[in-house]
Amino acid sequence: MTLAEHMKRTFSLNRHLVQRLGFTFITLMAIATVLPIVATVLYILIQGASAISLEFLAGFPRDGMRAGGILPAIIGTLYLTIGTAIFSVPLGIAAAIYLSEYAADTPLTRTIRIAIINLAGIPSVVYGLFGLGLFVLFLNFGTSILAASLTLSIMTLPVIISTAEEALRAVPQAFRTVSISLGATRWQTIRRIVLKEALPGILTGVILGLERAAGETAPILFTGAAFFLPQLPGSPFDATMALPYHLFVISTQVPEMPIQIQYGTALVLLVFVLTMNLIATVIRSRARAKRQW
Amino acid sequence: MEKSLNWREFVITRSIKASGYSAILFVALIFFFLVREGLPTFGEVESTSLLNIRWYPIEDRFGILPLITGSIMVTFGATLIAVPFGIGTAIYISEIAPRWVREILKPLVELLGGLPSVVLGFLGILVLSPFLRVFLDLPTGLTAFTGSLLLGGIAVPTVVSVAEDALDAVPRAYREGAWALGATRWQTIWRVTLPAARSGVITAIMLGIGRAIGETMTVMMVTGNAPVLATALGSLFSPVRTMTATIAAEMGEVASGSTHYHVLFFIGMVLFLISLGVNIAASSVVFRAKKRAERILS
Repeated sequence: MTLAEHMKRTFSLNRHLVQRLGFTFITLMAIATVLPIVATVLYILIQGASAISLEFLAGFPRDGMRAGGILPAIIGTLYLTIGTAIFSVPLGIAAAIYLSEYAADTPLTRTIRIAIINLAGIPSVVYGLFGLGLFVLFLNFGTSILAASLTLSIMTLPVIISTAEEALRAVPQAFRTVSISLGATRWQTIRRIVLKEALPGILTGVILGLERAAGETAPILFTGAAFFLPQLPGSPFDATMALPYHLFVISTQVPEMPIQIQYGTALVLLVFVLTMNLIATVIRSRARAKRQW
Repeated sequence: MEKSLNWREFVITRSIKASGYSAILFVALIFFFLVREGLPTFGEVESTSLLNIRWYPIEDRFGILPLITGSIMVTFGATLIAVPFGIGTAIYISEIAPRWVREILKPLVELLGGLPSVVLGFLGILVLSPFLRVFLDLPTGLTAFTGSLLLGGIAVPTVVSVAEDALDAVPRAYREGAWALGATRWQTIWRVTLPAARSGVITAIMLGIGRAIGETMTVMMVTGNAPVLATALGSLFSPVRTMTATIAAEMGEVASGSTHYHVLFFIGMVLFLISLGVNIAASSVVFRAKKRAERILS
């Protein structure tokens, strides 16, 4: 009997041994996937913590960004996130309502779905090119918060649409039937019943979408990000500093950059993004626990 | 009262419909602007020199081949990492893990999906690449391989969530049937659950690859940015430059309307078409599988 046959026989007899080995292997793979994530976050938290001070959070950069704070980058990311929300949230939720409540299964609807899937797959730097072509040059907004926010909005749209649609579809059909049979119009039903029930799910999607927008660099590279600004942007038509772009700049473009400031900036960006992530996770799990249907 | 209500309802319904169509409009707009700015390339650069092996814009050499091979190289490496680990983790979450572990793992993987790519690139420069340089004894740690490792990590959440959804959607009765016939849970996973979820798993892999091709900041920061034609697998351990990184690194410095500007948009157009192809293929796999399932069940 060859070794291979022998092994085959042993393994077919010891199906439970195979199972145990297999389960161990898969478990190790899962651990190997998750451990670096935890390590990454902890490492940045530990390395960056010592850089955090009031001056760092609330001060302007000094000495060619090698000292001082990162306030303009923090404020800039806040502006961009709010700007993105202004455009993408109403549009995204409306599109989700259309897909979940109005659209029949027609070729047009299928085209819309394919378009959404494609929007989600387009590389972020291509969004940057598009924003440069349409908003910055063609519509003449210049490199500005407005152009960058619009670019990020379109990138965020598919995330918001698909999660919001999922949340709307999870509302049982009976809710709608009862509301309509009580004399409510379609829109009244959607606004007062369906949207209200789906709100936590929609909120989760919105926050996850905005989280992505807040952390993106490539789409704002040529649409609104500034290397360094001595003052805060005064209008939507000004360019702005932003946390992700600032981290890119100080870790690759500025020679002799103190490592502390780099880790500190990464920490602030990470906390910004993780807080949004945490809020989304909490909203979702609370809504799941409270749900009665 | 009645009348104003109808009027309002009409306006609202119309604007909701218009928003629904907006996704199509945006895809069309994106394509239009890429073509508008990218197509002049053909008038300004000979198509033979476009397929040249040298990318050196200062001397008007716009060979995009090294950029394409760079992208392929890095994406290939990332796929080798993201697929086994992504699918393994998906199997673990959906089939093996106890409930409480699942509740912890899922948000953690999602968190990886939310980590800004610039943060991963930053750690790649400061931690991973010095380590790899010493560990593998390379002249530089900024290589295609470094990019692949990080990119694999970026693609993992996509693979996990789509594959996990697919495994989750396999009816419980399939598994129970296999168990009743005496199969172990391990045999059930490989011979019943995974084959039943095949189309979803394939979609997961394709979307993961799509995510890797399109990633920009991480690869720009850690792959060393050398537009050298990759000819053998050994190039995995030397610096390369991808299509995405080229656009991101050079677009800020070109005059709008110049040849260089048009070529960069042309590369964007190529990336757009690649992601379009990947996504349409991925969704058609799901669509075909759905049809097959309907046929079997009816």
